[in-house]
Amino acid sequence: MSRMVTANRLRDGAVVFLAAGGRWTRRVAEGHVAETEAHAAALLRAAEAVPTEVVGPYLIEVAAHGGSWVPLRYRERIRAKGPSVDTPVKQPAPGA
Amino acid sequence: MYAYDSFDQSLIAERVNQFREQVARRLAGEISEDEFKPLRLMNGLYLQLHAYMFRIAIPYGTLNSRQLRTLAHIARRYDRGYGHFTTRQNIQFNWIRLEDTPDILAELAGVEMHGIQTSGNCIRNVTADHFAGVAADEIEDPRIWCEIVRQWSTFHPEFSFLPRKFKIAITGAPHDRAAVKVNDIGLRMHKNAAGEVGFEVIVGGGQGRTPAIGVTIRDFLPKQHLLSYLEAILRTYNLLGRRDNLYKSRIKILVAAVGAAKFAEAVEEEWTRIKDGPLVLPLAEIKRIEAQFAPPQYAPADPFPPEVVAKRQASPAFARWMRSNVAAHRQPGYAIVTLSLKPDGGIPGDATAEQMDAIADLADSYSHGEIRVSHVQNLVLPDVRRADLPALWDRLTALGLATPNIGLIGDIIACPGLDYCSLANARSIPIAQRLSERFADPERQREIGELAIKISGCINACGHHHVGHIGILGVDKKGEEFYQIALGGNADENASIGDIIGPAFSADSVVDAVATIVDVYLDRRQEGERFLDAYRRLGQAPFKEKLYAAH
Amino acid sequence: MPLIKAGQPAADPFLQIADGEPLPAEGAIIVSLARWQEERGLIEPRRDLLGVRLKAADLVEQIAGDLDRLAVIVLEFPKFNDGRALSQARLLRERHGYRGEIRATGRVVRDLLLFMHRCGFDAFATDDHVTAEIVRKSLAAFSLSYQPAADGRPSVIELRHGRRAAALGAATEQGRAGGQDCCAGGA
Repeated sequence: MSRMVTANRLRDGAVVFLAAGGRWTRRVAEGHVAETEAHAAALLRAAEAVPTEVVGPYLIEVAAHGGSWVPLRYRERIRAKGPSVDTPVKQPAPGA
Repeated sequence: MYAYDSFDQSLIAERVNQFREQVARRLAGEISEDEFKPLRLMNGLYLQLHAYMFRIAIPYGTLNSRQLRTLAHIARRYDRGYGHFTTRQNIQFNWIRLEDTPDILAELAGVEMHGIQTSGNCIRNVTADHFAGVAADEIEDPRIWCEIVRQWSTFHPEFSFLPRKFKIAITGAPHDRAAVKVNDIGLRMHKNAAGEVGFEVIVGGGQGRTPAIGVTIRDFLPKQHLLSYLEAILRTYNLLGRRDNLYKSRIKILVAAVGAAKFAEAVEEEWTRIKDGPLVLPLAEIKRIEAQFAPPQYAPADPFPPEVVAKRQASPAFARWMRSNVAAHRQPGYAIVTLSLKPDGGIPGDATAEQMDAIADLADSYSHGEIRVSHVQNLVLPDVRRADLPALWDRLTALGLATPNIGLIGDIIACPGLDYCSLANARSIPIAQRLSERFADPERQREIGELAIKISGCINACGHHHVGHIGILGVDKKGEEFYQIALGGNADENASIGDIIGPAFSADSVVDAVATIVDVYLDRRQEGERFLDAYRRLGQAPFKEKLYAAH
Repeated sequence: MPLIKAGQPAADPFLQIADGEPLPAEGAIIVSLARWQEERGLIEPRRDLLGVRLKAADLVEQIAGDLDRLAVIVLEFPKFNDGRALSQARLLRERHGYRGEIRATGRVVRDLLLFMHRCGFDAFATDDHVTAEIVRKSLAAFSLSYQPAADGRPSVIELRHGRRAAALGAATEQGRAGGQDCCAGGA
């Protein structure tokens, strides 16, 4: 089972994924994948150790797809990509 | 509307300082998320699926134009240019940064607004009839009492850590537009035999996992005892409500468990001991607040202005809008105008910053600067001269706010659902959009008549699906979105919880299912019979038959 | 566990006695409500100060008749968001006129301190995260309150209209701590 850690960035709430080297990325494709239970648990612990960086880290299942990683659960796909509906305006996020 | 005095202003200023300091401590790692979470919730900041969602209180759904412009500014400056009006008359922004919230709260405080107690296990925004103060059938303006309850419930030292959230709604009219029977406490103003106005006290209504219609525990409560009586109810709930199970902690569970009569007895006993204490409202305070809700100076106005007569004849679209979106006002020559935030195929309850600014201008031009938010996720201009209706309609049409669907099948309530909300099991907005497109034809909407569709993306029922004439609940079946349909729910004084009609429908088939239900109704209804009445007469059978007929 | 009273660290003269633990021959003790009810005959005649520990689910009526014998009542916050002790404290102060020490124990978190104080708590058994300075700061965070409570602070309504107007036609509840008679007339 391929898994990855995701969380929300503390300061701005952005959805982030734990990448290699303890870096946090907004792109699920760049997330660091754990193939074993032990590795996944270790990644999660590392995420929980930085409460001033991220909030509420948890593990999601991902699958390889078209050279990238895609969350398996529908909910996690929406979370990674954004709302499935158009927002009423096309205004970028502040500071984006 | 109510204007803060220096006491009100000091309190929210102190709150802003307190929260600023709490955020700083959290960012610096001095407190954990566990400790911080209840603090940010009590200021209205949720962590949602994509980002922080910030819920700003709009007390009893009443706003002035300056406040609405500030909300537009917040949408533009701190969010993505739009906001969402909720089923409790509040507004939500979906993309707020934690580090910006102290500044946002400071800006809100400048226009007498805040996010206090819009979340958490405390007393939430007290909601009211969105036509309060202007409705033709009103006995008394409930907002006076909403404001009194708002102040009493704000930072209440004893009731800020209840077993669960607590919702209070007040209506001042016999036709209940505030859904008081599905709130934890509903208050219905009415006259006793002596002609005095007081409150019927209804407790234990609510939606969610265990929907319930509230029970009356007191027929008539004199006004000056309102706060002491509420305190007795809340204290009883605080001490006895369950805290072991999140789904069994609302007051409705307690009332059902001990029985309405015993619950009423317990409340009355507690109340007897405190009713003559310091919570008796001094007349001076009642009068002070009443004065702030005094009606504006209405210039004399023609009840049948020729402009309106002419336009109705010239424009079927205008005539249609008048029938559905314009309601009777207590002052002759005036009208109450509902701005539909349900454009065909649109997202129910959303408004852009540009629309908000424009509505603020319209309020200044046409409605004494006041706007209301309805729990059906629309906005209202409460005080429009009938002679202005044609010009207003032109402006609203240009802004996309004149869809003639109020109370009709296009006037859909939908919670944000899985597109935004981390609690959701399924999306609700796309279903609302597709239904809205399917039934877009205004003539067909008129033919169908009064029909409230309400959609929730999970059991928490923020979309009020239990009290929809057609209620839709999104569920997750093996990783796929399915939609369960219930019929016959209703939110007004003849409240009822809808009946689930059968197995859930797939996302692909649910819109057809609703169309089938509508067809059965049109086929079987009697002359002038609304959907709800036809359902109550016919029962489920004819609908089930058509929906689940073997193909 | 450090005790804070009146915004200062305080020595705790009481020994907490667990259920089943033998009572010391002398000295100030705090026992559970259950023990107080079961062994009252043994405990009550003691010459030294006595206190009782309530659980969040206990009803204060159960010790209402014993209040003049109890120097301290300990109320518990088993989770920080369990607000039952807030009602318990108010009832002790305002309904039953209790004037002894009401001590908060359990999850005594900073952001509940002012609410606790307003409900009648005057002592906090805290862990080291909540210092005396934090207690003082928290109690000073809000200068105004909308509601009357057990701390005797005038409510905003009373400040607006004068205390006499607010008390019009009402007997003040027994045991309500007397605050200063505040200014008449609001802002």
